[in-house]
Amino acid sequence: MSFDCSDYKQYKRLHLSGEVDLHNSPDVRRCLLDILNRKKSVIVDFSDLTYIDSSGMATLVEGLNIANKMNLTLTIVGAKDAPLQVLQLTRLNQVFHIVESLEDIEE
Amino acid sequence: MSDSQALIKVNNLSSAYGERKVLFDIDLEVKQGEILVVMGGSGSGKSTLLRNMLGLMMPSQGEILFNGKDICKVNQAELAKLRQSMGVAFQGGALLSSLSVGDNIKLPLRQHTDLDEKTISIMARLKLELMNLAEYEDLMPSELSGGMLKRAGLARAVIMDPKILFFDEPSAGLDPVTSVELDQLILDLREAMNMTIIVVTHELESAFKIADRIAVLFDGKLVTIGSVEHIKACSDERVVNLINRKPRINPLDADKYLSRLTKGS
Repeated sequence: MSFDCSDYKQYKRLHLSGEVDLHNSPDVRRCLLDILNRKKSVIVDFSDLTYIDSSGMATLVEGLNIANKMNLTLTIVGAKDAPLQVLQLTRLNQVFHIVESLEDIEE
Repeated sequence: MSDSQALIKVNNLSSAYGERKVLFDIDLEVKQGEILVVMGGSGSGKSTLLRNMLGLMMPSQGEILFNGKDICKVNQAELAKLRQSMGVAFQGGALLSSLSVGDNIKLPLRQHTDLDEKTISIMARLKLELMNLAEYEDLMPSELSGGMLKRAGLARAVIMDPKILFFDEPSAGLDPVTSVELDQLILDLREAMNMTIIVVTHELESAFKIADRIAVLFDGKLVTIGSVEHIKACSDERVVNLINRKPRINPLDADKYLSRLTKGS
């Protein structure tokens, strides 16, 4: 798994690649909380993500809760295949704001 | 099926309780993402096979390869690590009576990971939601019904998103609606997590619904293994009787019978 953080419009884009699991989700959590602490809305880019386990999902849920409290947004973009199925299985697809591509992100 | 596809491979496995042999020369393999149902009557060796595959019992002969590694030959530390990739849901749920449902489910994460407590709490709640147990997090196991205990046990079994889930009698003692929901959950776990699942069950309807393949055991021997269609079309009398729920008829040896009845007199 690798991830990188970049600017996209007024957001911070957290781009996840490969597999997020118990071993690396704490790194993703640190990065996500750091972005939110700097009062930035965040786009979590799933387009190169092949797998995410429940520790990864829990990290995103925690991030969404913090974002909501700070009047920020957390948007998932490009979810497909297994990660999308995990979102559907846990019904988190009804909790997160999910869009297909970066072009669908509003200014 | 090649070795590279098999997540678990059982070769020439025999197992015994002391002098009493209960499994004889079992060969089977389970692919990544496959649901294998193990069926057979009481005493056929289903649970013993499960215990062997989990490394809870050492076979008297043969090998059990998990991801290519023989679990009978690894040391305790390696076995403990391999077990982190395995989830087990026992018949009665096997929750610790002194801990709340939520704490029971969090236990493996607290024992085996360094995850933040907030992450652990959300993970446990996600699994409780999945099992329709969201309102029962703070209750004690003694306050749950049999079906709830079973679902809580399943929540704990999958809390670490294991590669392989062993499920002993998921439908036993459940009402039909809960049983159907549990079957669907097993299918969903495989679909979303690509989880490999081995289910031991007596329930034909459930087996036919969830299985990619069914293995039938009889008196410790593997009678046949194959797709649902294969099992339904199987002409072996033992399989036909199992499917048609006909009682076993053991031919009687009159001399031995009399000898047993009059033993010591």
